[in-house]
Amino acid sequence: MNDRLRELEQKALSAVEKRAAYGPDIDLNRYRNVGEHEKIEALESLSRQAREAAYMAGIEQNLERTAGTYMQLDSSVVFEQVQRAYGGQLELLSTDEALAKYDGLPEYWWQAVPVDQDKYTARVALNQTHGYFIRVLPGQKVERPVQACLLVAENFISQNVHNVIVVEEGAEVQVITGCTSITGVKEGLHIGVSEFYVKRGARLTFHMIHNWAENFHVRPRTGVIVEEGGVFVNNYVLVKPVGSLQTSPSVYLRGKASRAEINTIAYGMKRSVIDIGSRIVLEAQDTAGESISRAVADDGSILYLRGMLVGKTDKRAKAHLDCRGILKSPLARIVAIPELDADSSPECDLAHEAAVGPIDQEAILYLMARGLTEDEAVATITRGFMNIELPGLPEALRRQIDQVMEATLHRGL
Amino acid sequence: MKDLVVEVNGNTVLKGVNLKIGQGETHVLFGPNGSGKTTLIMSALGFPKYRVVSGQILFKGKDISGMSLDQRIRLGMGIAFQRPPVVPGVKLRQLAEMIARTDGAKLQRVAEDLNALHLLDRDLNDGFSGGEAKRSELLQLQMASPDLAFIDEPESGVDLESIAIVGRAINAILGKTRVKAGRTASALIVTHTAHILDYVNAELGHVLVDGRIVCSGNPRDILREVREHGFKHCEVCTNE
Ligand SMILES: Nc1ncnc2c1ncn2[C@@H]1O[C@H](COP(=O)(O)OP(=O)(O)OP(=O)(O)O)[C@@H](O)[C@H]1O
Ligand SMILES: [Mg+2]
Repeated sequence: MNDRLRELEQKALSAVEKRAAYGPDIDLNRYRNVGEHEKIEALESLSRQAREAAYMAGIEQNLERTAGTYMQLDSSVVFEQVQRAYGGQLELLSTDEALAKYDGLPEYWWQAVPVDQDKYTARVALNQTHGYFIRVLPGQKVERPVQACLLVAENFISQNVHNVIVVEEGAEVQVITGCTSITGVKEGLHIGVSEFYVKRGARLTFHMIHNWAENFHVRPRTGVIVEEGGVFVNNYVLVKPVGSLQTSPSVYLRGKASRAEINTIAYGMKRSVIDIGSRIVLEAQDTAGESISRAVADDGSILYLRGMLVGKTDKRAKAHLDCRGILKSPLARIVAIPELDADSSPECDLAHEAAVGPIDQEAILYLMARGLTEDEAVATITRGFMNIELPGLPEALRRQIDQVMEATLHRGL
Repeated sequence: MKDLVVEVNGNTVLKGVNLKIGQGETHVLFGPNGSGKTTLIMSALGFPKYRVVSGQILFKGKDISGMSLDQRIRLGMGIAFQRPPVVPGVKLRQLAEMIARTDGAKLQRVAEDLNALHLLDRDLNDGFSGGEAKRSELLQLQMASPDLAFIDEPESGVDLESIAIVGRAINAILGKTRVKAGRTASALIVTHTAHILDYVNAELGHVLVDGRIVCSGNPRDILREVREHGFKHCEVCTNE
C-alpha cells in the first residue's frame, strides 16, 4: 500500500463514528452481510425478480439500445459490457479493476468527496464492495446511454460502492444509474460514493432512479468537479417508498463558464424520511447553476428539501434554486431549506424561490368539471406538478418513469 | 332551476332564480357585471363554494342538488369557463384525451377546426391569450359532448374573425350542424356583446340583474332594449 492510500485509510478510520450532518443516524452494525454471486453472460440469466427490479429502476434490458452496462448484485460485479460499437469511445470497469489499471487513480480517488466526510464515506473506504468506473475518451460523443444497475437481493446487506466517472475533454455521455432492491427484500443499506470529473468542454448527463423498499437506508455521497465550459446535468427520481434516504451532491463549478443543472423529483410515501439537497459551488467566472426540485409528501412521510448555492469567485456568476413541495396528507411534513452563501463573491447572483402548500383546489375543480373524479384530478395534477423537464432523458426511460409514477399516484384508486 | 337562492362566501348572490331550458334549446343570458351569471352556472354544476340556500336544481328530471360536480358532469352537463385556471404540468392534449377517452383522431379534427393545434402540448391555460383560452375551453367542451352546455362568455376577448370559429364550435357542440334531425344538446350561453348570436341560433334570452331574472324573451329584442335603454329598463319592463 502506498502512502496516499495509507493516509486515506487513516482518515477513514478517524471518521467511522462520525455522524452525518443530515438524515437519521443509522446503526451500521445492523448491516454486515455480504452477498457473493457468480458472473453472468447475459442479463437474461438474472432471476425474473432481479430483472423486474432493474426495470423499475430504469435499466434497459435490450443492450442494443445502450453503449454499455454494468451490473452489481449485492457485493459482486455480475455483468460488465461495452457494446462493440462503443469500444473505441469508452471504458467501463469495476473501480477495483480501474484502481489496478491506473495505479490507484491518484487524480480521481477521493478527490471530489472527502473520505472522512462521515461514517458512511468511511465505511465505503474501509469496506468497499466495488462500484463502477466509466471513462469517456477525449472528444467522444457517446450517443447511447451507459447504464449501471446496483441491485440488492438479500436482507441486511451493506452495499458500499465507490463509483468514478471521468468525461475527458470535449466528450459527452449520458449515464443511467438504477439503484434498487428486489421485491421481498425488506431491509438493507446502500451507500454509494460517486465522484464525477467533467473535463474541459465535456458534458455529463446523469440520471439516477431509486427503487427501494420500506426499510432501506440509502446514503449516496456525490461530488462533481466541472472544468472550463463543462456541463453537468443531474436528474434524480425517487417515487417509491424508502426507509430513509439522505443525499446532497456537491457540484464544484471550477472552470470558467461551466454549468450545472440539478433536477430532483421525489414522492414521499408511507413512513419514508427523505433528505435531499444539492450544493452548487460557483468557483469561476461565468459559471451558472440551476437547481429545481419538486417534492410530494404523502402518507406519513417527511421530506427535507435542501439546496445550497455558494458563490466563491470574485467574478460574475449566477445560480438559481427553485424548490416546490405539495403536502398531500395531513400526517406528512415538508421542510424546505434553501440557503444562499455569497462568500467574498460580490459579483455573484444567487436567488431562490421555495413554496410548500396543498394542491390548488381550483385546479382540482377544473379537472372535475371535465368529468374526472376528485382522486383522478388530484393524481393528474400531482403528476403534472412533478412533470419538470428532465433534459436528455431517453425516451424509454421517460416512459418507464411515467409508468412507475402512474402506479404510485393511482394506488388505491 | 326553481327559486334558486345561492350564497357565496356569506353573500347572497342569486336571490330566487327560475330558469328552465328544454332539451335541444339554446338560451342566452345577459346581465351587468357582478349580477350573478357565472354564479348561476357554477351553482348548476355544484361547485362547492356556491352554497344552495334554498330552491331546486333539476336535470333530466332528477333533483341533482346532492350530486358532486363530477357526477353532474358524468350525467351530461358541461362547461366552458369564463376564466379557467392554470394547471402546471398538465397538457391540454392530455386532459382532452382523458375527457373523450377515445383515440386522437377526433381531438386532431376538433383542434384543427378551433385553430388550437398549437395549444395541445402546452400546460393548461398557462400563458394562453384571451382568445386561446376560450378556444381551449370550447375544445374541451366539444370533446366532452355534453347534453347541457354552460358557456360563459365565449366571445369576450376573441377577435371578430375568430368569433366565427367559436360560433362553429358551439354549433358543433350543440349538434346543430347535424343534417339528420335528432337529439340535440341544450345550452346556456352568457354573453355581453351577443356577437355570438350571428352564428348560433338561440330560442330565448334572459336578463339577470342583481341575482334575479328580470326579463325573458326573444334574445335579439332583449339585446336591442338593453342597447337602447340599459339594464335598468329591463327591471322596469317586468314591473309593468
Ligand atoms: N368567491 C367569491 N367571494 C365573494 N364574492 C363573490 C365570489 N364569487 C362571486 N362573488 C360575487 O358575486 C357576485 C356575482 O358574481 P358573478 O361572477 O356571478 O358575476 P357575473 O354576472 O358573472 O359578472 P361578469 O359579467 O363580470 O362575469 C359579484 O358581486 C361577485 O363579487
Ligand atoms: Mg361572469
